[in-house]
Amino acid sequence: MQQSSVAYDYSVSKYFTVTAVIFGIVGMLIGVILALQLAFPGLNNLLGEYGTFGRLRPLHTNGIIYGFTLSGIWAGWYYISQRVLKVSLNEHPFLAFMAKLHFWLYALLMVLAVVTLWVGMSQSKEYVQLVWPIDLLVVVVWVVWGISMFGIMGVRREKTIYISIWYFISLYLAIAMLYIFNNLQVPTSLIAGIGDWTHSVSLYSGTNDAMVQWWFGHNAVAFVLTAGVIALIYYFLPKESGQPVFSYKLSLYSFWSMMFVYLWAGGHHLIYSTVPDWMQTFGSVFSVILILPSWGTAINMLLTMKGQWHQIAENPLIKFMIMASTFYMFSTLEGPIQAIKSVNALAHFTDWIVGHVHDGVLGWVGFMIMAALYHMAPRLSGREIYSRKLMDMQFWIQTVGIVLYFTSMWIAGITQGLMWRATDQFGNLAYSFIDTVVALHPYYAIRGVGGVLYLVGFLMFSYNIYKTFTSSKKLDKEPVNATPMAA
Amino acid sequence: MFHWMEKNPFFFTVFLFVVIAYAGLVEILPNFADQSRPVVGKTPYTVLQLAGKEVYVKENCMSCHSQMVRPFKNETDRYGMYSLSGEYAYDRPFLWGSKRTGPDLHRVGNYRSTDWHENHMKEPATIVPGSIMPKYPWLFTNNADLETAYAEAVTVKKVFSTPYTEAMLTINDENPQAGFDATKMTILDEAKLIAADMKDPGVKAAVAAGNVPEIVALIAYLNSLK
Repeated sequence: MQQSSVAYDYSVSKYFTVTAVIFGIVGMLIGVILALQLAFPGLNNLLGEYGTFGRLRPLHTNGIIYGFTLSGIWAGWYYISQRVLKVSLNEHPFLAFMAKLHFWLYALLMVLAVVTLWVGMSQSKEYVQLVWPIDLLVVVVWVVWGISMFGIMGVRREKTIYISIWYFISLYLAIAMLYIFNNLQVPTSLIAGIGDWTHSVSLYSGTNDAMVQWWFGHNAVAFVLTAGVIALIYYFLPKESGQPVFSYKLSLYSFWSMMFVYLWAGGHHLIYSTVPDWMQTFGSVFSVILILPSWGTAINMLLTMKGQWHQIAENPLIKFMIMASTFYMFSTLEGPIQAIKSVNALAHFTDWIVGHVHDGVLGWVGFMIMAALYHMAPRLSGREIYSRKLMDMQFWIQTVGIVLYFTSMWIAGITQGLMWRATDQFGNLAYSFIDTVVALHPYYAIRGVGGVLYLVGFLMFSYNIYKTFTSSKKLDKEPVNATPMAA
Repeated sequence: MFHWMEKNPFFFTVFLFVVIAYAGLVEILPNFADQSRPVVGKTPYTVLQLAGKEVYVKENCMSCHSQMVRPFKNETDRYGMYSLSGEYAYDRPFLWGSKRTGPDLHRVGNYRSTDWHENHMKEPATIVPGSIMPKYPWLFTNNADLETAYAEAVTVKKVFSTPYTEAMLTINDENPQAGFDATKMTILDEAKLIAADMKDPGVKAAVAAGNVPEIVALIAYLNSLK
């Protein structure tokens, strides 16, 4: 079915497709459980110490960020890189081996991660909970990906590296730097000669630790959930729609300005904390500036569809990607608003932040990764997509789910923020803390419904992908869309 | 220049790294030394409190509780004095949290007592009607990992010069086990004081027998948050 001169090796893409589906199902299922636990707290105590909100939350966050999202990005990487660099892994046994090694080490890593987090082994810092021996394995996985990544660039036939590759490189570099610096720990058993060998203490204390953590934390979001996913949309939207990217200059401008600005914005997680004021202000100001590169990318994607908007009605995949761009714009406007100091005073510590994260990850990351996997599926399997109708239904079910999710979390967050600061006529606090918890019950229940809808949609997606790979009609040539482009 | 870099991924990568890296240098480094200086009178966590902090981390309490009182009137009215950087000097890792599903805990030692925590951990909703916090019955039967807490204290004293006195911590470089055994007497004395304010017979028996259930360590830690 291959039309171009080189036959590409998609085996590793397929593996990562499988892990993306598995971690998607598991991660989202745990997410739904967490949501329902907040509405119905009895659900916390069904599995003894292994079922509480506190234990399960790291499984949800790590499972979605490093399981589902990274798998999706890497499935895309091993597909896109061969095609835009015009190299097949078939031609280079060493690179093919590194690619497979990358996958299997990653699979081992994720199994270890799930087990250790579940039993409560944790460094506590958000999104870097893994204990130090597993951190070392993360570094190994990253190095192996690096060899495979820069290796394929070293033997490329197409000299100019495409926009998607820029973003993959940025993901690689930024996560390497941030992950290492945020994980500098001193293993206690090595120093003291006693105690649990996996335990360690952070090299930084208190406020410093917080600064390093959110310099990492914000940019782990930036580079996994943003850069990696932008890499996907820059390839898959033009391919699926058959339209060239609207503006090279705009992509150049948004890429470099995003790279410059994003790293400064981490301070917005620490507004009104004990970090220096000037740093809080930097975090706030740069977050607002960040609207420009974010919208630059999103607008570049939307304008790529110029004159072709009818495709949204005809092709559910285009629908997913355009909705993803739209949610990206939405989320990258909401984030800067929350980073304004006076808004942050209200929003911080509330569910509004949770809502913001989820309109980004459900709408932007989730939709774009599913679209990428849908686009690749016929090309990886040589079979037609099993059901476009199912895809369409899934789109609407999930969209309704997301809307329920973020609207309920907005209301919950702003309600609680206002109740915390409300005073009576004498200036005393009007509500005890528990009043503000009880008030949130209906919104937590609605959010649970939203989560269930999204999960149902994801199960439909998984079924559709499974059927495509196993029993759909065989294709005799690679599908090409409306306005065919080269490559 | 950009066109040239797009044909030379090596230089592209180097330039990109510089663009990405220096925000961190400018933002994080300048105040690094200042930020970690303890406030006057701040003492390090005892080994028992460290064991409690490890329980706090293990159960991921910070996914729902912050430890950061912001400088607003409604927060100082609710929780007490706003937080200062130097109060966190011995916190490795920091445990500020980013979500308040439950209330802030940075000064919880000022207004909650040992027996309040005991009852609350067993059955939160009976103490605070409407509470959505899970029950934590296993904290009453699992023993705290004192050896690891001891190792943590030794590590921060040796590596970061955290000012532990001889009375708080005995270090024996030749025989770590002996150092731990000597320190354990101090830990148990502190645990007995906590257990004396508790009602659970199992916990009392365990402490009398020389074990420290997780709940005792956790309460010691929570009581130290002032």
